[in-house]
Amino acid sequence: MSVELDVFVGNTTIMDEEVYQLWLDGYTVDDAVAVRMEGGALQVFEASMEVLHSDTMDQFRTFQMCERLLYYPSKLTNQLLFQIPPQKQAMLIERYYEFDSTFAREVLGKKLSKGTKKDLDDISTKTGITLKSCRRQFDNFKRVFKVVEELKGPLVENVQHHFLLSDALARDYAAIVFFANSRFETGKRKLQYLSFQDFAFCAGQLISNWTVGAVDNMMEDMDVDLEKDFLHNLKELKILINDKDMLDQHRNLVCAQLRGKITVFGEMEANFKNLSRALVNIAAKLTHTKDVRDLFIDLVEKFVEPCRSDRWAIGDVRLFLTHYTSTAHSLDSFRYQQIWERYMGVIKSCILKMYHD
Amino acid sequence: MPGKLKAKIVAGRHLPVMDRASDLTDAFVEVKFGNTTFKTDVFPKSLNPQWNSEWFKFEVDDEDLQDEPLQITVLDHDTYSANDAIGKVYIDIDPLLSSEAATVISGWFPIYDTIHGIRGEINVLVKVDLFNDLNRFRQSSCGVRFFCTTSIPLCYRAVVVHGFVEELVVNEDPEYQWIDRIRTPRASNEARQRLISLMSGELQRKIGLKVLEMGGNAVVGYLQCFDLEGESGLVVRAIGTACTLEKLSGGGATNNAQHTANSSPSKDMKEPVFGDECPSNPLSSGPSTPLRAPPFTSFSPSKSYSRQSSSSDTDISLTPKTVLFPARLCLYLSPSSPALSSVAPPISCQTSRPPGSGMAPRSTTPPPSHVAQSEVSMLRKSVSFSEDMLLAASGMGSGGSAGKEAGPLKILLRQQTQTALEQREFPFFTLTSFPQGFLLHVAGVVSARSVKLLDRIHNPDEPETRDAWWEELRQEIKSHARALGCHAVVGYSESTSICEEVCILSASGTAAVLNCRFLQDGCLDVLSEHRCDDSAPPGCGFCHVPYDELNMPFPAQLSPCCCCHRTKVPDVLFTTIDLPTDAQVTGKGCLIQARLCRLKKKSQGEGNATCISNLLPFLEYELHTQLLNKLKLCGMNALFGLCIQISVGENMLVGLASATGVYLSALPSPGGIQIAGKTPNDLTYDQHVSSIQRKINDTIVKNRELYEIHITEVAEDVIGSPIPEPRQRSRLFRSHSESSDELSELDLSHGKKDAFVLEIDDTDAVEDLHSLLTDAPTPPGFYSCNTEIMPGIYNWTSAIQMFTSVRVFRLNNANLTNLGLNKIFNELCENLLKSLYFKLRSMVPCCLCRLNFTVAVPEDELIQVAVTAVAMSFHKDQTQEANKAAQAHSQMKAIAETEEQLQFPLELNAESASPLSPKGSGPQDGSNSHGRAPSVDYSSFADRCSSWIEQLRLRAHTIRRGSIKTSSSPLPEGRSRSLRSTRSFPGSSVSVVKMTPLSFIPGAKIVKYLGIINMFFIRETTSLREEGGVSGFLHAFIAEVFAMVRAHVAALGGNAVVSYSMKECVFMENPNKNQAQCLINVSGDAVIFTRESDQEGHLPQTSHPQPTEDTPP
Repeated sequence: MSVELDVFVGNTTIMDEEVYQLWLDGYTVDDAVAVRMEGGALQVFEASMEVLHSDTMDQFRTFQMCERLLYYPSKLTNQLLFQIPPQKQAMLIERYYEFDSTFAREVLGKKLSKGTKKDLDDISTKTGITLKSCRRQFDNFKRVFKVVEELKGPLVENVQHHFLLSDALARDYAAIVFFANSRFETGKRKLQYLSFQDFAFCAGQLISNWTVGAVDNMMEDMDVDLEKDFLHNLKELKILINDKDMLDQHRNLVCAQLRGKITVFGEMEANFKNLSRALVNIAAKLTHTKDVRDLFIDLVEKFVEPCRSDRWAIGDVRLFLTHYTSTAHSLDSFRYQQIWERYMGVIKSCILKMYHD
Repeated sequence: MPGKLKAKIVAGRHLPVMDRASDLTDAFVEVKFGNTTFKTDVFPKSLNPQWNSEWFKFEVDDEDLQDEPLQITVLDHDTYSANDAIGKVYIDIDPLLSSEAATVISGWFPIYDTIHGIRGEINVLVKVDLFNDLNRFRQSSCGVRFFCTTSIPLCYRAVVVHGFVEELVVNEDPEYQWIDRIRTPRASNEARQRLISLMSGELQRKIGLKVLEMGGNAVVGYLQCFDLEGESGLVVRAIGTACTLEKLSGGGATNNAQHTANSSPSKDMKEPVFGDECPSNPLSSGPSTPLRAPPFTSFSPSKSYSRQSSSSDTDISLTPKTVLFPARLCLYLSPSSPALSSVAPPISCQTSRPPGSGMAPRSTTPPPSHVAQSEVSMLRKSVSFSEDMLLAASGMGSGGSAGKEAGPLKILLRQQTQTALEQREFPFFTLTSFPQGFLLHVAGVVSARSVKLLDRIHNPDEPETRDAWWEELRQEIKSHARALGCHAVVGYSESTSICEEVCILSASGTAAVLNCRFLQDGCLDVLSEHRCDDSAPPGCGFCHVPYDELNMPFPAQLSPCCCCHRTKVPDVLFTTIDLPTDAQVTGKGCLIQARLCRLKKKSQGEGNATCISNLLPFLEYELHTQLLNKLKLCGMNALFGLCIQISVGENMLVGLASATGVYLSALPSPGGIQIAGKTPNDLTYDQHVSSIQRKINDTIVKNRELYEIHITEVAEDVIGSPIPEPRQRSRLFRSHSESSDELSELDLSHGKKDAFVLEIDDTDAVEDLHSLLTDAPTPPGFYSCNTEIMPGIYNWTSAIQMFTSVRVFRLNNANLTNLGLNKIFNELCENLLKSLYFKLRSMVPCCLCRLNFTVAVPEDELIQVAVTAVAMSFHKDQTQEANKAAQAHSQMKAIAETEEQLQFPLELNAESASPLSPKGSGPQDGSNSHGRAPSVDYSSFADRCSSWIEQLRLRAHTIRRGSIKTSSSPLPEGRSRSLRSTRSFPGSSVSVVKMTPLSFIPGAKIVKYLGIINMFFIRETTSLREEGGVSGFLHAFIAEVFAMVRAHVAALGGNAVVSYSMKECVFMENPNKNQAQCLINVSGDAVIFTRESDQEGHLPQTSHPQPTEDTPP
């Protein structure tokens, strides 16, 4: 004796947000029922387990049917099959595109290809996120990437427009697309301590300051790629380390500003040349795609780690970078103020974001 | 050439990819009407083609306009091979043919393929230019309006109600033609869909002609059904009530105020009263009903029974004829529609008196209705009516609509009132609710069934056998009504159940006495004659028995009306109509169902038919007993909207009776149920009996509380709920031999007649008991009924949710007993209801209205139950008392939920605060700051609600698992979190279309009826597993059907479908072959409504209601 068929279809599609989340998280129906039972759903109207099972099955089926519409959210808004109130549609879309940051961290900067997809098993085991959920998240990344990749205009707006996401989520996707496009190295062991949010923040900085779109708002802007001219010009900054006088002068200026203000003054003074060289060399190398990819690992190896080993506090780092940037203006023969500002602005905020344990 | 049809194909969208190489489609469209076809250009390489075609013009007869659908086929152009069909759209032109309905059809239609389902959408424009046709011999009936609604549509008034119209057309089923062996399933399905569309067009046209002939302009309560008779053909039949309607000038002047406000007794008092003129002197020898002696006496009870058995001996043998509940009478009332009463009726001076002087009702069970013992004789045999039948037949005039001369018209002495109806072949009305003053008395349910063997319909143009079958049933119904002293049948409906070559035809309705004023002009003299009596209050008049107490057609218990005390009323009333709006009802109503399965031997042909017809009467009897028991258990005394379905399968019969129980103030209070054991002097047994008795008594008390049935008893011990002390009772039942003074003492207090005795020694009673006690009460905050409105609930919100739920149950156990089978079936229905309540929990407080169950036995061991209903929320304030518990509960939830958002981040102490807050659509922007505010103290919630805490734990657990949702992470400067609410959502181009099985939309005014929606779809798959199994397949199909209905309504310019129903849902599967097929037929009326207040214009919140809104201030 068994229920062979069991469906419930409402004129307005009934969707429970809690069940939706369970579905998104990749639960099987049975697991979802168990979770709901644990969550006290049975107390509502003394529902029996069968009732809960039937309800869960039904909703999972509905979500499955909606899923193909969610691939291109604008479809969801003008399809006829399900009558869903607009707020609910927005919720469905937003939740569908939400992702686990631990997962995003794993695939960040990787090529969104079949090869990576095969690694999802490992990621699933590592993060404890169900494989099904991993696949959904990965496919979302890939889909958004594919659509947005070739589009002109501001990246975040493109994502928002095509996928009807909230501002915050669109920014996260922009970061993912940006990383996937530039293929920044994020997987090295030394970078493991950085969270997705750290990188997303950095991506935001890069997008808004270093891309073509950052300088002029013309419609044909491409937000995905860093501005070539800018990267090329960064070479000019080498003067800061190649010119011995300038380097000394710079150090003196910085020291003058920081004396008494930071606890690690001695270490700073001793290390100034190394740190300055590191930062300027990173800038000078950015013309090569390969080195662009290594931006974050370079920052960590060449700046964050030395500071950390000298036990700089974050406040010390902030003060140092602020004055390091600003004092360059006082250098007589330094003519690349604008480029310097643009470069250091981003580097400073990235380093500060990355400077933690 | 009286019509020009114009169609324009505008654009397509979301088309499927037809060319794998390019991932695109080269689409073009064929537009076909009749035999003419036009094509658009190919729009290459696009999934969103813009054809923007010219106007395609078809010059056609209006006959064709009525019969044919416009057929739009979308194809993919292929240079080298045949063009592939993407899908089709059938558009019914009918709404454009009436000047008052829609003028243009314009909108996006889903492109439907019977194999793949919906594949994209197409935008189409259709118009019709109609020339006036003055040809008297025309075959068309353009302009006759059709309404599925079984009451006078809200923005119309009925000038004349002409009466019953019926028609049927038959054809060969394409699925069973030889050609089906060589064509694709798609071609066969499409042929079927097209044929049915054609046949229903033809049927409507023919019915329209009859209406015109009668002088009407509309059909109300139009009920169209398909009988898929398999090899023997396809029958499309329809019944309806012809009316002359007049549009109310105010445009929708009558709105659901009728449904909302009208039943307050005080108002009733002031309203014009019809009604009670007849039974004012129930003891007079002549029946005071309009029905006079001759027909009446000929139907004396004994005779009527004997007639039935004799008739089954002689002729229509397989027909178990039953006056369904002979022991209960059902009376009915007249709904209020003041616009309709043109004659000022006497005003009633009646004040509402507490019901109470009634005697405790006696509950005799009706004798199992005569079994047709005769041999099987098929109906092709000549039908010889028995004597009474002839009498009845002779009463039929030829003046009616449907045309057949019914033998010699013997002029009998008749009341004038009768003549209007007598002239009709069948004085039947498919309406279930009526204009004020229309319905005078209601006598009870009449039903008739017959079992037929199907054979091939040889000449589709002369479907005589089918016609004859139905005619026979209708005659029977008519004579039953007569036996009840009634000249009309209201709430009439017909249905079939087919299994292989056996077919059960059923007809049922409610015998009633009508005010003929609406039936014909010129009956005023009759009216005046009746007006001389002072009339009864409208709230009880319909309950008064229309027959004479001394000449009752069956044993029944009559008592004085508890409202007016002047005339007699039955102890229980069963009807198939809706509760009249002005009926005086105590408390609320509830859904009452009787469910029954009976095993049957597998057999073939005539043997099978005999077997079924032998079983039927028992089935009906038991269903009736069950209904009665459950009614008493609810503490109620009347059933409305009674619908008894009997479905036949190869090895079982399934019966399902649904109705809405209410407590009519006019009827006496129902007696209790008493349990009697047959084995005396067994102590444990006694205990068992008395424990059951206690349970039952408790349930009755609980139910009265639940349904707010507070009866102010005059003398509790004499009338009240006569539930004696268990000890006394057992004495009463086990000790018939005891001293007479004891008995008489008991008589005094309880009136032993009323004792409804269940002897639990007998297996049937065990079953009854079982089903009585296992029915779970509806959860707090829920009510349910199968009628249009629920008495006692008036302030609906605009939140409505129509739904369809289907379940198929497989009985794997080969040797089931009746008992086991019953239990399973009962559980199936109960679980289904429970699931519905759970699903719709967010709408609480709410009422499931028009709960329509249909059962089928699609295969050997399968039982299919389909439910369509609408859940409607209402404001709580009115129901506070009943809902205290529920309210407290939801308040607690409300607190819990609002607190939750504050509470969570704290508890988790995660730096990315409030990972859960986006779950509520509420104020999440604030959640970060709230989350960090340390002022929320966890302990203060600890005692609130344990379930909530568990939920919390669960969620905490989820989070620990490490999935921190990125969107809720705190974002640094410059990245303001934009909220969903503030984000402009790209305005969805899809307009909202509401659907409801009711005839009205709460809080809204129907301003225009756009036409009838009557659609038939077939869906088939050969990849069942891939589509998610049977459930996935059917789920998608039902969703598609809804979508197509909505799209058609929207294209007509409407925003709702009222009186929606799913007439047919035939599901067949073959999992081994990975195949399934399903047929669905739906109908309804497309309307435009406007909100009375725009406040509530939003869609119902389906999942998480804002609980705070629901709680009264």
